Amino acid sequence: MFRDTRTLLILFGLPVVQILLFGFALSNEVKNSPMLVCDYAQDGVSRNLIDKFSANKSFNLEEVLLSHRELNDAFKKGRIKSALVFPPRFETELARFNEAELQFIVDASDPNTANILMTYAAGLVGDYQQSLLLDYSLPYSIQPEIRMLYNPELKPSFTFVPGLLALVLMLVSVMMTSVSIVREKEYGSMEVLLVSPVNPWMLIVAKIVPYLFLALINFITIMLLSITLLDLPVNGSALLLFAESMLFIVTALSLGILISNVAQTQQVAILISLAGLLLPTVLFTGFLFPIENMPLALRYFADLVPSRWYYLIVKSVMIKGLGLLAVWKETLILFLMTASLLFLSFRSFKVRLL
Amino acid sequence: MIENDKTPWDINCRCVSKRYGSVQALSSVSFSVRKGELFGLIGPDGAGKTTLFRILSTLMLADEGSAEVNGLHVVKDYVEIRKRIGYMPGRFSLYQDLSVEENLNFFAALFATTVEENYDLIRDIYVQIEPFRKRRAGKLSGGMKQKLALCCALIHRPVVLLLDEPTTGVDVVSRREFWDMLKRLKEQNISILVSTPYMDEARLCDRIALMQSGRILSVETPQHIIEKYSDKLYALRTADMARLICDVQQMDCVESCFAFGEYLHLTFSDDDQAACLVLLDYLKKKGHQDVVCHPIVPSIEDCFIKLMR
Repeated sequence: MFRDTRTLLILFGLPVVQILLFGFALSNEVKNSPMLVCDYAQDGVSRNLIDKFSANKSFNLEEVLLSHRELNDAFKKGRIKSALVFPPRFETELARFNEAELQFIVDASDPNTANILMTYAAGLVGDYQQSLLLDYSLPYSIQPEIRMLYNPELKPSFTFVPGLLALVLMLVSVMMTSVSIVREKEYGSMEVLLVSPVNPWMLIVAKIVPYLFLALINFITIMLLSITLLDLPVNGSALLLFAESMLFIVTALSLGILISNVAQTQQVAILISLAGLLLPTVLFTGFLFPIENMPLALRYFADLVPSRWYYLIVKSVMIKGLGLLAVWKETLILFLMTASLLFLSFRSFKVRLL
Repeated sequence: MIENDKTPWDINCRCVSKRYGSVQALSSVSFSVRKGELFGLIGPDGAGKTTLFRILSTLMLADEGSAEVNGLHVVKDYVEIRKRIGYMPGRFSLYQDLSVEENLNFFAALFATTVEENYDLIRDIYVQIEPFRKRRAGKLSGGMKQKLALCCALIHRPVVLLLDEPTTGVDVVSRREFWDMLKRLKEQNISILVSTPYMDEARLCDRIALMQSGRILSVETPQHIIEKYSDKLYALRTADMARLICDVQQMDCVESCFAFGEYLHLTFSDDDQAACLVLLDYLKKKGHQDVVCHPIVPSIEDCFIKLMR
């Protein structure tokens, strides 16, 4: 195992690369989006608002100018993603009618980014509005108080780390054992191995145990990276999380063994475990697409994907800080899955060649 | 174990047949190997030797017939047989990325024993590969690989040893060494079934079975097989061997003629002396030079070729 450097690199390199990619490169947070401000008002309120925008790290106020035409050019060249326009006499209107308009223009050729920028801008303006209301201390105002539970900053890493954990552990674990038995068949060592006192249970357990340790190293790597680089908290019991991960890894390893028993060549085994499992795991784990919105048939299918249950467990334990009582159902499901996969692996193990 | 002592056989094969799709790999093969016997399966590639080995080592199920190894049925008692036999497949089947030492320790552990415990059995062989004990098995030469495989097959002190073409792809010197080892193992009272495509190795066995296209042609001691060869065999050579074969084959009095090293081996259909003189006369007319012709003792290969016809 450790003498096969290529496999080793895939095994331990893959999770690290993925966590860094998702953590930094593929994040759907918008940072430093270039923005122009057209301030025709140039009064106190517009200044205050501009200050608020420039203080926010989502926006990068490039310059402040006074021409509408330059604005259009900048959008066409793609130099900016958004623009903020204050009409003249902004403060006066606000004071007189308690109402004023300002224009926020977004480049919607990328709708996702546009949506996010819009939400940010609305939030900033709303914030400022509230502070005005406090100053003027008007009676009768209803303030919705929104609290983002468990993830007050709406950090994307809160969803993708549990999701990625489920995805990576699932794929890597299945892949590791899926070649383990079929490789011995291909190299011929199965022929001598079978002519020995070894029984199928021993062989299956002997194949699972070392890979369990390797997968746990992967788990620890991902957790360390998430905690140190992505500031992810572990709110629940770390021990429970570790135990649940161990259970899930064994589930995935057992699935790999089953594949290895059925596959005729290593290539087929890799194909099943990577190409065959990648899509269902990505789709039905629930961290990219909410399973609740899927048609009934797909929801039932999603229930068969082990990573879906593990994802729920990790979210509950790590983010919500819940204990075993909250995740016993998911744990039981994973446990039953493991037991049946192991049983099927045992039944499908061929004690003879051909 | 008590029942084993009743029979003098360690391998007993009765009417075993095996078919792969349309290919009949084995058709009704029957033979027995005595306890402590060195038994050879001799035959060309595709004769069904490997299939027979796999059936005897419980790795494959026969379509028909039954077989016993060390008094145990190969299908019913396969678990017990697997503990008692040593099997060396035709293809190198050890772990290529483990070192010589690690492979040996692994197989010892598999059989719940240690290398030290049975070291006396493998010592003669192991000393030859010991200088390379840190080397990966995949990086060994062909002969070294086979010696290591034999060590691994012996490490649990098996009662019966099944060796499928252990000397194929091995140089002449290593082949001889290998057979010397088999003889020494025989002295330890281990029954050995060994297959080989090399006819010259046949005479080193106690008894041999000549196999072809899934059938056993004959089971005899090498000496007996040669004695049973009824025809008189002649070796013939001239300066121009290529032309000689064509010319000889046209003679009616020649029954069979095969190129055999630098000689042609011939048998005649009737009166040998007279036919031989006729042939020599004919060759002289055809302009062959340096004609050498003398009667010879047949080898196993001659017997095999005759049986094949």
